[in-house]
Amino acid sequence: MTIRGKAHIVGAFEHPGRRLPDSTVPRIHAEVATGALADAGLTLADVDGFFCDGSTGFGPISMIEYLGLRVRYADSTEIGGSSYVSHVGHAAAAIAEGKCSVALVTLAGIVTRGFAFGGRAPRPFPEGPFENVWGMTGPVTNYALAASRHMHEFGTTSAQLAEIKVAASLHAQHNPNALLQDVITVDEVLASPMISDPLHRLDCCVVTDGGGAVVVTSPEIARDLARRSVKVLGHGEAVKHTNNGRVDLTFSGALWSGARAFEEAGITPTDVDYASIYDSFTITVLECLEDLGFCEKGKGGTFVLDGALVAPHGRLPFNTDGGGLCNNHPGNRGGMTKIIEAVRQLRGEAHPAVQVPDCALAIAHGTGGGLSTRMGSVTLVLGREDA
Amino acid sequence: VSASGEPLPVPVPEVTSETAEFWAATAEGTLLLPRCEHCDTVIWYPRAFCPACASFDVTWFPASGRGTVYSYTVVRRPAPPYETSGPFVVAYVELEEGPRVLTNVVECEPDAVEIGMPVEVVFHDTGEGRALYRFRPATT
Repeated sequence: MTIRGKAHIVGAFEHPGRRLPDSTVPRIHAEVATGALADAGLTLADVDGFFCDGSTGFGPISMIEYLGLRVRYADSTEIGGSSYVSHVGHAAAAIAEGKCSVALVTLAGIVTRGFAFGGRAPRPFPEGPFENVWGMTGPVTNYALAASRHMHEFGTTSAQLAEIKVAASLHAQHNPNALLQDVITVDEVLASPMISDPLHRLDCCVVTDGGGAVVVTSPEIARDLARRSVKVLGHGEAVKHTNNGRVDLTFSGALWSGARAFEEAGITPTDVDYASIYDSFTITVLECLEDLGFCEKGKGGTFVLDGALVAPHGRLPFNTDGGGLCNNHPGNRGGMTKIIEAVRQLRGEAHPAVQVPDCALAIAHGTGGGLSTRMGSVTLVLGREDA
Repeated sequence: VSASGEPLPVPVPEVTSETAEFWAATAEGTLLLPRCEHCDTVIWYPRAFCPACASFDVTWFPASGRGTVYSYTVVRRPAPPYETSGPFVVAYVELEEGPRVLTNVVECEPDAVEIGMPVEVVFHDTGEGRALYRFRPATT
């Protein structure tokens, strides 16, 4: 079975908030849910499938009750920040099999009130004692280890990584909701404080509250809705882990998830007009560009030069909302906003300054977890309504 | 020690029935590795299960304590309980027996650490019946 063309994204909504200390996570779920449904021309009563992560209450059980939904399908796949990319793939499969017909996927988080990684996990965490005693400063240390090895193997430089942040900032200047809207330079990235070598502060994504949602439905229902829809053409998932102590830091799970998604969609990376690529850190983007097949392994550092990632005319315009690096990383989870900006591009509704001309094929790629330990990688191939 | 010369903190790792023998040995100055009795695979992180062949027949053997740096980073904005530590090194060390283990590299300036550098294990006691296995530049 394939999901190719059997499900459409018909609604998308990104919460405009970036600092929401007085809100609550369930309320943000409700705000983004109603926002995405309104965008689709649907209501909560139409929803018969619900997807969210496990971070709030009992996950879908709690949120389905809060929202007053009556569903026949629920999924709380938890693979970190890429969970929502996975949810869209799972929703498409459920729709293709007739398990539900209108699937709502929501993300919400409040993290700026008190932001701390590490500490004692509330549930069994078998790898924890061997990893959380060494002073890792949250995910940045984890991702820095991958960056350090990439530089060693392939000669990648900090200036090359900085190009990724610069491209994101060039896009974020057009997004009035972006947390960081100033255009920055490579030199400014390199001059920002080193957090965990070789990653500087400006190699890191923003920390924001907020959320987002999308609505996925069948082609039949999509046809009857007024709004332009986006086809789900392919979906690939992979979990890459430390492989019994033989971790290889030179590639990410995108190597596997990307190949699966492109195969299902029947396209190759050269067909892609726009790419949303999870950008928790600059190195996350660089490794995924290679692993997804946009350039050879080890050549990511040269690929990103000369404005390759800058919309609208770069070789591969990416993260035109400003991405997690500049715009938004709600709840420390960037997968949902990757989908939403890809939907904007395929509807022709990105900011005019960054709208990719004749954008017909896009990907949304998520990397959840840690680039140097274990990650959930998910790739979606999305197509314009007529693709 | 960190670059500031202060000893790094020694947080106490959690112990389960699967890892009690491993941690008890650290307090005696021994780095044990789990090995599968069925397929001979050296296992990391320690667990009572072989992810290579699904055997539960896992035993322990002492590692040489030698290895090389596979990757490293200098942490310059540490979080608790390391918040008062100066810059220090978090690294993957590839043990002679194969596994790449997360750890700290100590007893040298962080800027002196390089990928490929030979290192050897040292133990920092938590005072709670277990020690942290860290690595310093090889002396032999």
